[in-house]
Amino acid sequence: MTIQEQPVNFENYQRKDFSSDSDVRWCPGCGDYSILAQMQRVMPAICKEMQIPRENIAFISGIGCSSRFPYYMNTYGFHTIHGRAPTIATGLSLSRPELQVWVITGDGDGLSIGANHLIHALRRNINIKILLFNNRIYGLTKGQYSPTSELGKKTKSSPMGSMETPINPLTTAIVSEATFVARAIATDSKQLQDILLRVAKHKGAAFIEILQNCNVFNDGAFDDYADKSARAERTVTLEHGKPLVFGKDRDKTFTLSPTSAGLGLDIVKMADLPESELIIHNESADHNYLARLLASLDEDDYPVPLGVFRCIDKPRYGELLDDQIKQATLNQGRGVLMDHLRAGDTWQVN
Amino acid sequence: MTDNNELKRDSIEIEGAVIRFAGDSGDGIQVTGSLFTHGSALLGHDVSTLPDFPAEIRAPVGTLPGVSSFQLNFSSYDIHTPGDQPDVLVAMNPAALKVNLGELAPGGTIILNSDSFTPADLAKADYAVDPREDLTLSGYQVYPIPISSMTVNAVAPSGLGIKQASLCKNMFTLGIVSWLYDRTIEAIIVFIDKRYGNSRPEMAAANKLALQAGYNYAETVEMFTGKFHVSAANLPSGTYRRITGNEATAMGVLAASELSGRPLFYASYPITPASDILHELSKLRHFGVRTVQAEDEIAAMGIAIGAAYGGSLGLTGTSGPGMALKAEAIGLAVMAELPVVVLNVQRGGPSTGLPTKTEQADLLQAMFGRNGESPLAVIAPSGPADCFYMAIEAFRLAIKYMTPVIYLSDGYIANGSEPWRLPTQAELPVINVKFHTDTERPLPYARDPETLARPWIIPGTPGLEHRIGGLEKEDGTGAVSYDSENHQIMVRLRAEKIQRIANDIPLLEVHGPKQGDLLVLGWGSTSGAIRQAVDRASKKGLSIAAAHLRYINPWPLNLGEVLRNYRHVLVPELNSGQLRLLLRAEFLIDIIGLNKVKGRPFLTSEIEAKITEILAGQGTRQQKRKSRQQIASR
Repeated sequence: MTIQEQPVNFENYQRKDFSSDSDVRWCPGCGDYSILAQMQRVMPAICKEMQIPRENIAFISGIGCSSRFPYYMNTYGFHTIHGRAPTIATGLSLSRPELQVWVITGDGDGLSIGANHLIHALRRNINIKILLFNNRIYGLTKGQYSPTSELGKKTKSSPMGSMETPINPLTTAIVSEATFVARAIATDSKQLQDILLRVAKHKGAAFIEILQNCNVFNDGAFDDYADKSARAERTVTLEHGKPLVFGKDRDKTFTLSPTSAGLGLDIVKMADLPESELIIHNESADHNYLARLLASLDEDDYPVPLGVFRCIDKPRYGELLDDQIKQATLNQGRGVLMDHLRAGDTWQVN
Repeated sequence: MTDNNELKRDSIEIEGAVIRFAGDSGDGIQVTGSLFTHGSALLGHDVSTLPDFPAEIRAPVGTLPGVSSFQLNFSSYDIHTPGDQPDVLVAMNPAALKVNLGELAPGGTIILNSDSFTPADLAKADYAVDPREDLTLSGYQVYPIPISSMTVNAVAPSGLGIKQASLCKNMFTLGIVSWLYDRTIEAIIVFIDKRYGNSRPEMAAANKLALQAGYNYAETVEMFTGKFHVSAANLPSGTYRRITGNEATAMGVLAASELSGRPLFYASYPITPASDILHELSKLRHFGVRTVQAEDEIAAMGIAIGAAYGGSLGLTGTSGPGMALKAEAIGLAVMAELPVVVLNVQRGGPSTGLPTKTEQADLLQAMFGRNGESPLAVIAPSGPADCFYMAIEAFRLAIKYMTPVIYLSDGYIANGSEPWRLPTQAELPVINVKFHTDTERPLPYARDPETLARPWIIPGTPGLEHRIGGLEKEDGTGAVSYDSENHQIMVRLRAEKIQRIANDIPLLEVHGPKQGDLLVLGWGSTSGAIRQAVDRASKKGLSIAAAHLRYINPWPLNLGEVLRNYRHVLVPELNSGQLRLLLRAEFLIDIIGLNKVKGRPFLTSEIEAKITEILAGQGTRQQKRKSRQQIASR
């Protein structure tokens, strides 16, 4: 526990103000270190830009390697039980709307044991920020396949290969009507910080898949495109209002595939496409078609989209609830306990 | 007044009566029963009710599984139960007669809807022969009345179609029974106007026509030998209302919120028989009450914990199957030492069990149904009105001791009702809430030396940022600790903290002599039947007393001493002996059980019979030996 001797003006937080005195105990080389570092680096900017003091920030996690995260942040933190972090965060956020509530989860915690809660927190548009660290493996229990592991994955619990089609975190979030959906690579510090800052500012349920390498049990899971040398050709960064461009020479883009009735994407050379036919990324579109299409691209055949898929404004459960409280109080007057007990039919005994 | 005097002139004064209304679940039986109860309460009677309805939303009309009933005991003296045997059975169809006849008192009165005794309806009730035409009903006073057809005729002026019109037959019935018990129908008319007056005036008119017609019919036909009058009961003075257990629970948790100044946050997943609490609390937005219908039972528990972590009164409510799902998260609240209240309105189990029937079989689950040693407070209201006070107690203890509290109600208390003398503001306790803000004493697991409670530090408190969780805590700092000595200390501290609640709850009160031959000890909804059985036995001159546990973990400090003041202790429970198991283990006393698991509450007569057996046989040991010998000789 680090106790701040004097209250810090939230204009002037430093990175160190957000690191607790707990020893960080992830395996050396774990992708989680980078995520923690980017969060601690970006927190001063979040507090400054949003005018929020450190004590109003809470990190809630479930179980798994990723869920150790709150211990290392010098904010309020609650390391809860497997899969249930979104529920505890929901209770906290709805009862204390002024707090900034983050949920830290992983592919097992969030998409296996806790998938139900994840879906419902997103569709209710609870004002919480869910970071899902996806390493496509169970790390804390030492190496079983996870719900995002690829079909055929050989692990201790699947020596002849996993027989399960993996779940797609992003399409799951999008069809659950999350109002902010993004993907980042743990080791891309600049992009991750930018997205974390945007997530902090988003009002409503935000979901970010962070591709994070488990160097012990699933090393190199994302090397094919997360590696710096491969990123230009193998990833595409989504930018609102701009065409979807990728490639070392930024010469490639997508077009709606004529062979699948426009329901898929084909890769084309920029030069071969008239400017008027470029697909412009629109993260705030009313519909989620393009976001879904981009999120479902097969990583073996297409570059992997990174950045913000969707960012829309929709009524938030917490505000609707508080509006009902205001409305009921306006209509009925603030309730009075003794009157409430006496409401209805009473009689007098003398 | 003149009218009343005239009415009374030709009526027979009786102390009270037990009426059971029974019919198809679509016949409006619960409304009929509730309205008659309401009328009784307004007349100053003491009342106690037992609704009984099928688990199926709509079983096929006219069949045995579709029978719904509502029993009411109303009286001019203090009563504790809905009555063992109805004196009057109103049966709206043959199935209702078949299901309920066995429990009618010998010589009892039966009012039948004779329109429904058609060959088809008789067949649905598995009657090969019309029970009115063989010896089935001999020994009873039977009044066959063509209720359906007379209702349709009476309602004709309202212009309703036949189907809608026949729905008013429950009002016709209510008219008949109102006349029979010498009461006016004004209170029911007021109710009808309130319910339909504005929205559906034609329904209001039709219901009133049916009600009046039933009353007039009973007065005119001279079928009944006489009518009965029950005087007002001698209840303590005050303002009264009628209340069910679920209503009282909802009011109690609201009161806890108002008394503590902390907002109430209720998260729940719909489940019989607890859903009414969600419905009641959802209406209270103007008190700042937040409710969430969660995606499942686990989420409801998690949301309540999150709310408690944030400084609200975190509450969830469910029944047995939901408790099973919440167990892991309740364990988290034990470890994180957060004040959260879990309402369990028990029903028959295991598994889905008997959703609409009552049982007390979740006691051991409440005590021990979590992984590891995870002690928490367990309390149980003794009746519908007591739910109000015990719900306040649940939060008082949760906050003061920073612990989850399990509150064990059951289906019988939840849906049963009784008159409740409303408390004054001064009669309600004060609940002090102090969030910890002192940065000089920053440790989240530093304990209050008296209660052993840890401080309640809520997010948003400057300078006290800290981390908690489900991993074992280091004593004092709350940091994660895998140290073996520390674990033992923490296990003991958590147990000791709960045990210290015993210093903060009332001693067990005994009703009757302070020592003697037999103590009948109960918990939860058995209170009324036990009290009545013990009163009757003591009138016969037996040396007997009753006591009732409302606090189960920990229990009152004088419990052991009380138990040892009697030669025998009998514990009636609607389970196979769960409290008895706990008491035997703790006090090494050979407690006798009376155990029933039929989905229905005890009859007073069942407890009386057991009392007689114990005291007449001079000790159960002989009887036990005898029965053991009998078993051995088979």
